[in-house]
Amino acid sequence: MSDTKKFLFVNRKAPYGTIYAWESLEVILISAAFEQDVSLVFVDDGVFQIAKGQDTSDLGIKNFSPTYNALGDYDINKIYIEKESLEARGLTVDDLLKLTYEDEDDDWAEKDSIHVVSSAELVEIMDQQDVVLSF
Amino acid sequence: MSIEVNGKTLETDEEGYLSNLNEWEPEVANIMAKLDDAELNENHWEVINFLREYYEEYQIAPAVRVLTKAIGKKLGKDKGNSKYLYELFPYGPGKQACKYAGLPKPTGCV
Repeated sequence: MSDTKKFLFVNRKAPYGTIYAWESLEVILISAAFEQDVSLVFVDDGVFQIAKGQDTSDLGIKNFSPTYNALGDYDINKIYIEKESLEARGLTVDDLLKLTYEDEDDDWAEKDSIHVVSSAELVEIMDQQDVVLSF
Repeated sequence: MSIEVNGKTLETDEEGYLSNLNEWEPEVANIMAKLDDAELNENHWEVINFLREYYEEYQIAPAVRVLTKAIGKKLGKDKGNSKYLYELFPYGPGKQACKYAGLPKPTGCV
């Protein structure tokens, strides 16, 4: 498609308590359904959105974290996590969902979608985008 | 809006999607199909059951492109293509099959 744009979704907020995380995820899926080039960033409390073992039973809200596992099916495989945000919260990549995709050009090998990057590297990634949306 | 299934009245939205997906039972799909002048065979059920499993795992109804690819992977290339799926579900495999499966309208469907 000639009118493909590079979209970057910046997720900054904790998953529950506000609607931002869920709204962002819906827009992300819609953008990918329209075959745009989609990347995601998780910074600040946004890193909790893809934390493992979420349990919302006491909140009375749907736990939508399993939906992030579907991102690979939508060809979304550029997921950046800010290193400083993880460290400030005492988290490592092992505390996050293991998000993967199957590489069509490499005999459908399963590959990691998650890339931990520094704040400085994020600036470069943001610079390369056509559209940056912050949630 | 609502539909009658096994003596129970189940609420639907204005497009006929079940309001509460926990109320789904196989008969819901049969009755919805009848309202569309269709009859379900085992090929339809393969897709409906696949969608229910997909929802169970990921909590979303997949976009058509994703559904087509995933069906191809699970049930074979001869079924993982738009022609086959549109023949089964002429109103659109995403919309129609999700409705019969009791799921919400797929995210990204306008």
